[in-house]
Amino acid sequence: MEARTLPIDAPLKEETPLRRIASEFAESKLALAGLAMLLLVMTIAILAPFISPQNPYDLAQIDLMDSKLAPGEKSTADKSYLLGTDDQGRDMLSAIFYGLRISLGVGVASTIVAVAIGLSFGLMAAYFGGWVDTLIMRVVDIQLSFPAILLALILLAVFGQGVDKVIIALITVQWAYYARTVRASALVEMQKEYVEAAKVLSLSKTRILFRHLLPNCLPPLIVVATVQVAHAISLEATLSFLGLGLPITEPSLGLLISNGFSYLMSGKYWISFYPGVALLVTIMSINLVADQLRDVLNPRLKK
Amino acid sequence: MFAYTLRRLTQSGFVLIVMSLLVFLGVFAVGNPVELLVNPQADDVEKLRATIALGLDKPIYAQYLTFLKGAFTGDLGRSFVFGVPALELILAKMPATIELALVAMAMAIFIGIPLGLIAGLKPDGFIGRSIMAGSIVGFSLPTFWVGLVLIMFFSVYLGWLPSNGRGETVSVLGLQVSFLTWDGIAHLFMPALNLALFKLSLLIRLTRAQTREALLQDYVKFARAKGLSQSRVIGVHVLKNIMIPIVTVIGLEFGSVIAFAIVTESIFAWPGTGKLLIDSINQLDRPVIVAYLMVIVMLFIVINFVVDIVYSYLDPRVRLGQSSGAGH
Repeated sequence: MEARTLPIDAPLKEETPLRRIASEFAESKLALAGLAMLLLVMTIAILAPFISPQNPYDLAQIDLMDSKLAPGEKSTADKSYLLGTDDQGRDMLSAIFYGLRISLGVGVASTIVAVAIGLSFGLMAAYFGGWVDTLIMRVVDIQLSFPAILLALILLAVFGQGVDKVIIALITVQWAYYARTVRASALVEMQKEYVEAAKVLSLSKTRILFRHLLPNCLPPLIVVATVQVAHAISLEATLSFLGLGLPITEPSLGLLISNGFSYLMSGKYWISFYPGVALLVTIMSINLVADQLRDVLNPRLKK
Repeated sequence: MFAYTLRRLTQSGFVLIVMSLLVFLGVFAVGNPVELLVNPQADDVEKLRATIALGLDKPIYAQYLTFLKGAFTGDLGRSFVFGVPALELILAKMPATIELALVAMAMAIFIGIPLGLIAGLKPDGFIGRSIMAGSIVGFSLPTFWVGLVLIMFFSVYLGWLPSNGRGETVSVLGLQVSFLTWDGIAHLFMPALNLALFKLSLLIRLTRAQTREALLQDYVKFARAKGLSQSRVIGVHVLKNIMIPIVTVIGLEFGSVIAFAIVTESIFAWPGTGKLLIDSINQLDRPVIVAYLMVIVMLFIVINFVVDIVYSYLDPRVRLGQSSGAGH
């Protein structure tokens, strides 16, 4: 009994799937940096009203006399702004913080709904097969043969501007990706024995679908969804830049950039440059996290 | 093959009809263009006259039937704003868009494939990793913002390149093109680079992945064992085999380049169809919006069809018609 190799008092960490994923994710420093950046961006977006130097949409707090000040330039009242001001005299830093809130909010909200819709149709197509499968997948195929931006443009040309309309347009262009991903992985899962066992136990269809199939189809879905959040944010910014997305009362990063575009030629770069940097940092950190998630969650790449 | 073509054509016709119905009903459900088109001081009688002149007094289904009847004879309606046939307006702008798209595609191909090949041959080297990092940045950058930064740098800061328009054009076979004059090239460079960037990153990643896979194949080992030179193994054996998926992607992406030209054209005031679409949306010029979308849908159907056919010729392993649509 003296030859015990493992000291009992050292707590043995239990190997749970979540812990394994976390430790494999941490193997890439680049991905960790991306995650840190993403958390920072999210914190800023959530806390925007508390950490912004001013409320950029409260007219009492902005001064037209301070309009178009360069970063760090002193105003008449001896005030200076870290990232300058726009044509209304708004502090760009605050406008970016508030803009991040709207951009991230629209991106995440549309992705969540699109995932839910795509997941349901994808599972239905795989589980029921036959004409249900044919019908759903034909619609998906046709939709995916057109670029997202074109569909979104058509929808917004029809609906007009507005946060709700942009979200509807983003959901419409995105659901098909999820439906296709879920159907593909569900078809593979359904060949496995645990589904057969569940059927033999004569569990109800809904129970097999949601308790057994669904959790096993999640990993590829999570990867696609992460990448798609970045796409959704980028697409919303593009649409707003073209003047077809969000209204001026809800300025996302895309709208801030568009607002500064007209001043670009006169050398007042900061009005559209810095919102663009914020957009780029957001999208890039999401892409870095997604890249590593794909490697970690893909069992085929296991060493 | 014949049965497949026939089925594809039927399906395409169906897609075209459904799209026309959706687009027509959608576009015609928004706003009243008469309010925008007549003089604000106009009285009701004048507004009514304008409504009748534009055919807007008829019920929607009658308007749609008139549109369909016209569409079969190549008449997609008249622009409310310019008073000329919408199709004519679009076809007049088409050469500018096609030129921009082709030059952008060429940039993506001639820069992206060599870079992807290098990254695939030396995936762990410094150069290979830098190219991959660059492609992640290229993927993340929103197209319109890159356009702004290009203008900021080359037009405002350096003052080297003009930021809008097509510049001087020359006529080739009756089409106006920019790429044959220095002024035209100066105007073309930034928009084309802007449009190319995303596809460039895509081609780098695709070529790299394909190269890495090809290098593990037996035919490459065999060619090396035969003592062929490295340049022959890469240039002939690897390149030939990785070209099949790359050609497919290039074909499929061409349509999306034309769609993305909408953004690039708006930034650089490039007088193509994309800018026309955005202007028409802002002016509620319904016939032009509908006509543009019909032309684009048609273009996509043709591109997808041609790519599928070409693919089956390039790669004899692909049998068309067995599981259509699952290939890409």
